[in-house]
Formats: sequence, structure tokens, C-alpha cells
Amino acid sequence: MAYNCVVLVKQVPDTKRITGKAMNDDGTVNRAALPAIFNPEDLNALEMALDIKDRFGGTVTVITMGLPAAVTTLKDALYRGADEAILVTDARCAASDTLATSYILSCAVKRIKYDIVLCGRQAIDGDTAQVGPQLAEKLQVPQITYVEKPVEIKGRTITVQRNAGNGWQKVKAQLPVLLTVTSEANVPRVAAAKKMMKYKAAMTPAGVEQKIKAENSHASADEVKELAVQKCSEMDKKGLLIEQWNLDFLKADLTWCGRSGSPTKVHRIQSVVLASKETKSVEPTDEGLSGMIHELLEDKIIA
Amino acid sequence: MPNFYTDNDDIRFLFKHFDLGALARLCEEDFKFASQFDYAPADAGEAIRNYEMVLDSIGQLSGDFIAPRAESVDRQGSTLNADGSVSYADGIAESLDKLAKAEVTGFTLPYRFGGINFPNLVYSMAIEIVSRADASLMNIFGLQGIGETINAFASEEIKQRYLHDFAAGKVTGAMVLTEPDAGSDLQAVKLRAFQDNAGNWFLHGVKRFITNGCGEVLLVLARSEPDRSGGLGLSLFVCDRGPTVHIRRLEDKLGIHGSPTCEIFFDNTPCQLVGERQRGLVTYVMALMNGARIGIAGQSLGIGEAAYRVARDYASSRKQFGVAIEKLPAVRDLLIDMKISLEAGRALLYETSRVVDLNIVYQKQLELNPPADKEQLKPIKEQARRLDRLASMLTPMSKYFCSEMANRVAYDSIQVLGGSGYMRDYAVERHARDARITTIYEGTSQLQIVAAVRGVCSGTAEKYLTELEQQNYDPGLEDLLAKLAEGTKQLKHAVTFVKHHGTEYMDLYGRHLVDIAIDLIVGYLFCDYASSKVEMDVPVDGEAGESKEQTMPMKKRKAMVARRFITKNAIKNDALIQLICSGDKSSFADFGVLIGPVPVE
Repeated sequence: MAYNCVVLVKQVPDTKRITGKAMNDDGTVNRAALPAIFNPEDLNALEMALDIKDRFGGTVTVITMGLPAAVTTLKDALYRGADEAILVTDARCAASDTLATSYILSCAVKRIKYDIVLCGRQAIDGDTAQVGPQLAEKLQVPQITYVEKPVEIKGRTITVQRNAGNGWQKVKAQLPVLLTVTSEANVPRVAAAKKMMKYKAAMTPAGVEQKIKAENSHASADEVKELAVQKCSEMDKKGLLIEQWNLDFLKADLTWCGRSGSPTKVHRIQSVVLASKETKSVEPTDEGLSGMIHELLEDKIIA
Repeated sequence: MPNFYTDNDDIRFLFKHFDLGALARLCEEDFKFASQFDYAPADAGEAIRNYEMVLDSIGQLSGDFIAPRAESVDRQGSTLNADGSVSYADGIAESLDKLAKAEVTGFTLPYRFGGINFPNLVYSMAIEIVSRADASLMNIFGLQGIGETINAFASEEIKQRYLHDFAAGKVTGAMVLTEPDAGSDLQAVKLRAFQDNAGNWFLHGVKRFITNGCGEVLLVLARSEPDRSGGLGLSLFVCDRGPTVHIRRLEDKLGIHGSPTCEIFFDNTPCQLVGERQRGLVTYVMALMNGARIGIAGQSLGIGEAAYRVARDYASSRKQFGVAIEKLPAVRDLLIDMKISLEAGRALLYETSRVVDLNIVYQKQLELNPPADKEQLKPIKEQARRLDRLASMLTPMSKYFCSEMANRVAYDSIQVLGGSGYMRDYAVERHARDARITTIYEGTSQLQIVAAVRGVCSGTAEKYLTELEQQNYDPGLEDLLAKLAEGTKQLKHAVTFVKHHGTEYMDLYGRHLVDIAIDLIVGYLFCDYASSKVEMDVPVDGEAGESKEQTMPMKKRKAMVARRFITKNAIKNDALIQLICSGDKSSFADFGVLIGPVPVE
């Protein structure tokens, strides 16, 4: 039996490479200083979907909501084996918190026939782990969070092992279902040669138009549009056109989107910059070690 | 974990330095495949991007996934199960699955079988990267020459049957050549191939020391002409690993524990003839082994690179006598020699791979669509002959140089780490064990020298060195180029002397002759890199260099590498020339006296 999987992914700043310039003076993230990467646990969610496809057949559709630049993340998903990629992008999505984001994503997912929706446990920029669960509520499907092992599926019943903090739980559910996946669940595959060779040219319609504009600086707006339509249909035939959806297409209620749909208020942001490095040698003796443990306890680094 | 492609400045520099666009145009036959296959490149720029993306992906897989498993692979090894099946170490099985998913198991195979049709030059880079992560995995990843051999020589039916599965990573293969009494001397192969009344072929007999003999597709060298001894009695066959193929034992060996080495008993195994009868050894296996030798050279480089990096890191942090040991003159020299010899090996291997690629293109053109016009045909034939001779000399040179180099580097890495290096806590002891086989299999170093010295003495080396001499180089290298030209003259003199003293004398001093020729070739290649058009800054250790710069253009660095390499070798080679021309034949004349009788127990 084949299953259709939808994977929600996010392009995030690489917070592992934080430097002093990671934050702007106004407390927002300085995206220029941090390379944009595929949110790590979303790769685990994608791998889980691809593994389901390898074992049972079916399709893997990847959706991201973000700036047009997030197309890089979608292409990466295609390189690894996703069948289809959709970019949800709209200026009116800006400043969406988790509630608004999950609402917009739910509008997108509802347009697709799915059995399993997969999300990474959380994104490394916000670290909320809220979007997956909120999305499940809006889709009105059961959710199983913190999945830490490859899943078993028989007919319409899925069995998963989830991390329960101090141990693990085995949970059964009927499809459709939403899973959030941890980094323990698998090791993501790398980009595949033939898929990279093919999909490296993939673009969204907006990307096509931008490229044509840049290549034909003297063309009128209408001419550009016409050329773009032609190019898009060519690319679509080759399977290289990445779908692009906006809020109108999704028929989203705008009051639920962007700033107006986001009750979260950021109280204060503090930029903590570690100015200096300090090293300390500990003697490899019982006294040395207990002294170090004591110090770490005092500093509340370990409890 | 680092990406083993992007963290290697030398590979990235050479990737840019080579004219990969021109090579791609030839391999892609003017990009004609783009119209038939949606992933084939339409132009040179696209092809180069493809190469780089795939190397990046393999580099990531190697650093993140394969390397962290190498230690446990080494400890666990392969298992021969009671039912005769073989289980790989867990890490090997997992890595093979990831490599198949990365779609890199049909690296040089044509598009029509699902391959990616990459040149050997890029394949050599990939092999080095994978081997740096786990040398033993390369023995399976690097066996793609089996598919390549089927593609080059087998019937369309056999190609269709096997090549799709190779490219999809569904099967692995083995080159089934060696027997208990036929190691270096494959002409002595005895395994019997016979036909039934209907003309079907079967295999019967024992093969030994077969790398990945548990693979699904076996290429077997067998005696199809019972009345004919020697190489012309042998043919090449392909068979599946079915119920009549019995793995009798797995060897318990020093290194590359992740690669199962099998003894196989063929009990009337049905098989198919590859190509024509009697050409098994003389044509097909020779081609297969030449490809495999390049693979081993790449494997050696990877092991050397891995070992060097441990030593480099250790020498900078280990303190003795109040300083990091890299400050001690002896350690300093060891490290520099290791690093430069790695770069020398890479230079030689990549140049060899490039020549092999061109050779394949020319041979294919001559075979498939030679120009009808004789005037047009002549230069193509000449060029093909030149490339064939050059490939036949450079291939054994690369295998010999890189494998010996890897052993030295791994051995010296242990030395840098001292007692810690001898312990299993560090990977260098594994690298040293893994490196040891590289000078032995696919033809020992001694046999590589026998093959290479023919090229050195027949004028191929001289011609090639002259070609290298006539290239354009940047100013500032004149004194080095003069040293190389002088060296070429000396080599010519030594060759004349040796030829005068007969073949046996040539083989006795072959190693020195080949060493000198390699040093000269690499010297020119280094000068070529020092004249590169590629603008790439690489980090240098500001403290250690002559200036406090933190980065430096790679070509400037390569000029410094060239200076040290050529200057030191010129002095060493002077002495070697004297030795070669000494006329000393005591190895023949006084053997019995110098060595004494075989000790009686």
C-alpha cells in the first residue's frame, strides 16, 4: 500500500555559526551574517517520508513558507528525492508567529491529498516546537510528536516510537496523522547525483520572471511576462517548475495571517555576545574532578 | 563534521585548475546526451557544476556519515554466516545504502544504463574522498570498473542485464582473478571454464583472495582452452552469485577489515562469456586492472590524507620540552614531507586520470566512428597511440607512487604521535594497517615498476617530459625549470646506460629510474600549478610561514612547494643517477654469497 507524505520544511539561519554580528541593533536576526540552511530536524522529517516512500511507495511533497530565497531549501529536498515542492510566499505572511504560520500552512496542506504530514520537531531559529502541533489541530488529525525511530505502517495503522522525556512510548494511530520528528529518528541521506543534475535548474514562476528580466533589460513588462509564461510552460514540461502559492490562491483569511494573526508579542530581546574565551586546566585527580563538578553545580551549568 | 571535499584546498584548487570544460565536452560527445536524458548537461558550465555538486555531496556523506563509522567497521569486520552468506560490518552496509541513494554507483557508466557518465578524473577525486573516510569502503565503492569492463567489452544483452543494477546501487561486483598458484602471475590461472552440448558455459574450481567475492556479480578469469597454457588460454566470464558459488572462508587480515576477502569455490556455476574467447587476460583483465590501479592510487591518497591530518593536528597541540612538537626540527620536516608527498601523489594521479580519460575518448572514436578520410584519421591515430603509451606508463607510476607514499605517510603519522600513535585510541594505526595492502594488491609495487620502467626506457617518459618542458610557465620558476631540464638529460643518460646492460639490469635498477622520472614529472606539474590561472586564496599558518599573512594565493604557495620539492629531489636524483650508472651487478653475481643458504630449522 502506498502512502502520500507531506513534509513541512523551513529555511533557517545557521545558528551554530553565531558570531558577534548575528543580531542587528534592533534585536532582529541579521540574516546576512548567517548562512541560510535547511532546518536540521526538517531533514529528519524528510528522510522519514523518503524512507516511507522507499518501503511502501507513494509520493513525497515538500512545502515551505518563506521568502523567495527559500526555494534553495525546496531544491535541496528535490535533490534528496522529494517528488514535488511548493513554495508558499506572500509579503502578507511577514511577521507571522507560530499561530499564523500554522494557519497558513494548514490552508496549503488542505489542498493536497495526504496520509501523513511530517514536520521537524522544532526549528533552530525559534525553537518553539509549536508549528507542528498547531498544524495538526487545524487539520483536525491526530498528532504524534517527538518521533525517534522509523515508523511501522500496516494498512491504515501507523505505529511509532516517541521520546517521552524520561523514556519512550510506542503509539498507534489511524491515518491520516501528523508526526514531528527528532534528530534521533534517522540519518538524512545526502543529495543524489542524478536529481541534483536535473533539478539544479528548477525555479518558481517568480524566479523565472526575474531571470528573464535580468537577461532582457530592454524588454517591456508585457514582453517579459510573455517570455516568462513561455519559459514556465517549457520548464513545467520538464518537471522543473516549482509551484508557488500565495495567500489569495490559498483563500486564506487575511486576519489570521501575518502580524494581525499573530498574538505573540516579543517582550525583550537581549544580544548576548561572548566577548572572550577562557580555558582552565583541571588536574586528572579525584580532587581536581570533584572541584570541577562543584564549580559547574555552583554555576548551575549542571544540576 | 567537515565536508571532505570542501575542507580539502588542494582538491578544490586542482578541480578549478584542470580544464574540466574541455574534458566534459569530450566525455559528453559535444553534449549530445542532453536531448535524451533530463539530467545530462547541455554545456560545459553545467557539466562542471554537476561535477562539483556531486563531489560536495560525497564529501558531506564521507565526513558526516562514513568517517564516524570507520572505527567500528575496523573492529567488527565482515562475517561468514553458517548458510554461506556474508554480512558486511554494519557501518559498511549502512554506507553502501547511503551511496546508492546518493546515486554515485554508476559514476562512469553511460546515461542509458542510469549512470552519470563522469570522467575518471572526477571519479579519482571521489575515491580519494571516500577512502579518507573509510579505506575499506572504497574496495566496494571503487569496484565500479567491473561495470565499466562489462560496458566496454560485453554483449548488449549482458550490459542490459547487469549495468542498470550497478548504476542503481542494487548490486556490487567482484573481480575474480587470483588463485592459490596464480597471484602476480595470472597466466597460471587454472579455474576451468567448459561448455555443455548446448554451448552453455560453466565454471569449476577455486579462487582465492577475492575482494568482495560475496558481491552479486562476479567477473571471473578462467581457462576456457584446456590445451592452451598461458594467457591466451584464458577468457573472461560473468556470473551471478547463485547456489553453486560457495564462499568457503573469509581471510583474517591486517587491514581494510570492512572489505571481505573471500575464498570461492565454483561448483559448475553457469556463466556467460564476456567478449571473445582467449582475450580474457590479454585484453579485458588488463583494461580492468588498469582502472583498478587508478582506484588503488586514489584509495592510497585518501588513507594518506586521513593519517596526515591526525598527525598535523596532534603535532600542533602536543607539548614536549615546553613547546608544541611541531616546533621541533625533526617533526617539522616529517610533517612537511608528508604534506608535499600527498600533493605530489595527487598531482600524478590526477594527471594520469586526465590522460586516461582522453585515451578512452580517442580509442572510442577510433572504434565507433573513425573519420573516413585518411588524412583526418592519421593525426587521430597518432594521438591515440601517444595517449595509450602515456596512460600505460602513468597508471603504474601513480599506483606505485601513491601506495608507497601512503604507507610512508601513515607510518610517519604514527611516529609523530609516538606511543599514542601505536595505541588504538587514535586512528593512525588503522590507517597504517589499511595502507599496507595498497602496495600489494592490483599488482605489487615491484610489478608496477616493471610496467612503468618500460615507458621510461622506451622514450615515452622522455617525450612526455619534453612536452612538459615546452609548456608556458610563469616567470620566477626559471631556475627550477632548468633543474628539471637537467634532470631529464641525466635520466636520458641513465636510460642509455641501463639499456646497454640488458633487461635484467633494467629491472634491477628500475625502481630508481621510475623514481627519478616521477620526480621530474611531478616537478613540472607543480610548476604548472604555480603558473595557474586559478585565483584562490588558501589559509596558511602565519606563524610558520615567512610572513605573517593568514592567507596566500594557492599558486604562490604551489611555487614554494615546487621549490622545495624540485631542489631537494635534484640533489637526491644526482646520487641515484650515479648508483644506476655504477654498473654494479652484485645482486646477480654474488647473490648466493651475500645472502647465504636458506636457513635450516
